[in-house]
Amino acid sequence: MLKELSCPKCGAPVTLENERQKLVLCSFCTATSAVDFEDREHPRLTLEESGVIDSVQRIKGASLWGDAWKRLLKNRLAVLGLVVLAVMFFLVTVGPAIFTGITGLTADYIPADGNLLKSFPPSMRHPMGTDEAGRDIFARVLQGGRISLAVGIISTIVSLIVGVSYGAVAGYLGGSIDNVMMRIVDIIYAIPYILVVIVLLSVFGGPNTQVLIQWLPSIIVGIIVGVAAMLAAFWLYRRLFGEMTARNLVERLLRFVVGVLVAVAVFALIGAASYLVGETGIGTSLAERYSDRVNLGLSQIFLLFFALGLVSWLTMARVVRGQILSLKNQEFVLAAKATGVSTFGIIFKHLVPNALGPVIVYSTLTVPSVMLSEAFLSYLGLGVQAPYASWGSLAADGVKNIAIFPWQLIFPGVTMALTLFSLNFLGDGLRDALDPQTRKF
Amino acid sequence: MKNNGTILSVKDLKTYFQTEDGVVKAVDGISFELKKGETLGIVGESGSGKSVTNLSVMRLIPEPPGKIVGGEVDFDGIDVLSLPIDEVRRIRGKRIAMIFQDPMTSLNPYLKISTQLMEVTRLHLGHTKQQAYEHGVKMLETVGIPDARSRMDGYPHELSGGMRQRVMIAMALSCDPELLIADEPTTALDVTIQAQILELIKDLRSRLGTSVILITHDLGVVAGMTDKIVVMYAGHVFEQAPTKELFATSANPYTKGLLRSVPDPAHEQGTELYQIPGLPPDVAHLPPGCPFAERCDRAQDICRTEFPPFVQINEDHHSLCHFAQEVYEESKMTAPTAAARAHK
Repeated sequence: MLKELSCPKCGAPVTLENERQKLVLCSFCTATSAVDFEDREHPRLTLEESGVIDSVQRIKGASLWGDAWKRLLKNRLAVLGLVVLAVMFFLVTVGPAIFTGITGLTADYIPADGNLLKSFPPSMRHPMGTDEAGRDIFARVLQGGRISLAVGIISTIVSLIVGVSYGAVAGYLGGSIDNVMMRIVDIIYAIPYILVVIVLLSVFGGPNTQVLIQWLPSIIVGIIVGVAAMLAAFWLYRRLFGEMTARNLVERLLRFVVGVLVAVAVFALIGAASYLVGETGIGTSLAERYSDRVNLGLSQIFLLFFALGLVSWLTMARVVRGQILSLKNQEFVLAAKATGVSTFGIIFKHLVPNALGPVIVYSTLTVPSVMLSEAFLSYLGLGVQAPYASWGSLAADGVKNIAIFPWQLIFPGVTMALTLFSLNFLGDGLRDALDPQTRKF
Repeated sequence: MKNNGTILSVKDLKTYFQTEDGVVKAVDGISFELKKGETLGIVGESGSGKSVTNLSVMRLIPEPPGKIVGGEVDFDGIDVLSLPIDEVRRIRGKRIAMIFQDPMTSLNPYLKISTQLMEVTRLHLGHTKQQAYEHGVKMLETVGIPDARSRMDGYPHELSGGMRQRVMIAMALSCDPELLIADEPTTALDVTIQAQILELIKDLRSRLGTSVILITHDLGVVAGMTDKIVVMYAGHVFEQAPTKELFATSANPYTKGLLRSVPDPAHEQGTELYQIPGLPPDVAHLPPGCPFAERCDRAQDICRTEFPPFVQINEDHHSLCHFAQEVYEESKMTAPTAAARAHK
């Protein structure tokens, strides 16, 4: 005779013990609901909705990331940094298009003689004035921000991917593998990156970029074929030998010989693929097609990306290795091993998430340091060159006229300083939020 | 099935660790057998090699510094020690599962319960995400976690120690293993939770027919749970006997010392608790004789110079002692009281 009710939260059927029951506990989703027998048409109110109990607290799982986010929001400087960065990011991505839409000015627009305003002070038409060629500085600062931020972010992503996997593998495997891997890091560390950039730019920069572009398709195809061939060979090798136990000498010898043959085959495949791609002439036509644009200095920017990416992963690898070393003897790693998880799975599924706190902190601090390096190189004239702009090269242009036209230096400089400050504040805030033990205050 | 229902047989297992202090013989010639559906208790002080034995069975000894230098581990006809590591991984978690001592640290704090539970079944049973999730919920319900579905998406820090140990058990039993190794599963838990967890293991064992190896230093735990007990000391098996017999008529001075060290609130109020004198020996520098000689109250000259023989008392009862037979006779005389103790 008792009416069949369904849970208001999840719809599972609930049964009542007796007619006078006011509350019912859903065994499926554990929501507690009030039952009103007077009004059977609308009986389904949860405790909170009916106001019976205000203090019912739903158990809400707070993840460690959620907690960290809350702590971050309490830090005013970090929030300020986050807001400034968000605004800056917005301005830099869509700003140039809007500004051009309104005023018709682009970063490399030099007006015809009639309207030419060289080194004009800030005005309504030119909010940050113009430079010595008559280009609008505001448009150039926005455009330059794109390159500056892109350099920072791309290099950091490269350092994240390479550094985290390299450091994690070295730290987890330990022993002699770790030793060799970290010595390689030390060696690359010892090479002054400015020298690397200068060499790269003088070999591949300017007109020589054509060579690089001509080879680019071959290199890319070679890498893809190489990776694919190695994966396939690995899979095949496992299929062939996975079931055997490698106990006797003959079998081990056989494995070794097959391994060597496979390695040779993979290299031959890479070479052949690269050669064939080179023969098709794609590279040459590509170089011809893009050579005019390349000479405009874009190649310099990519070489800059490459050079900065080359050095920025080193410290990341060390940070991650240190973290993994302290984590790998924890019991949950042993527990994961005992459930049969592979080494790869343990490193990337169990250990890396645990090391992510310091990694995030370090990468937010890598972005400004890479941006600073880029500005430094551009300032020296090694990086971005006109008509392309970055904050560093704008500052370099501005500093020539600092006594007469100070806005040419002040605006790019202040914009960059603001961004770097914000990034550093955010990084500090993240460190406090993700690693509460190291808080000093 | 070979070996008349024996699921695990360990023969003369030796695991050594290379340290700066010399070679530590953590496990030095351990042998025991476990039949299907049986529960084996491994008892011993800290550092006696209990855990190393079982990590060796799972091939989980960190290498270097550890190395399994000899012996045989036969799991259901498979020679575990000479298996390639890929094959061992297929056994781990699927056919042999393990529960660890400290549930606070043996779950990954950054991963959801569901992620950790699903990983096992997706790995070994080839479950899809959906299947694995449902299986995980079912397993959490099996181990008695209320509100299992909403717990699945929680993190380990939201659970109490007992609950986490239940999650560990759920994880271990997900693939319906033939052998469950519980390495001090209740040491980090308080007494009421300890009883619940033991009851749970007992219940699951009888329902699923899993063989269990229970490692502990708590004699009270093994008394009610196991069919057979192995007493370990300094990397050697000191005594091996069916549970009842070991408690009633022990044939080894060390076992007797252990039994006397268990506090008995009914009789010994006010009196000083017995303790075995001295400390466990340094396994890196063992004396030539019996490793227990220094602490043994009946040690003779022969104990300090000659390694004791592994004496067979009866079919299932062995003891490593020069005077095993005498100790056994002695125990028999006082058997009623000792039996009463074991019954408690």
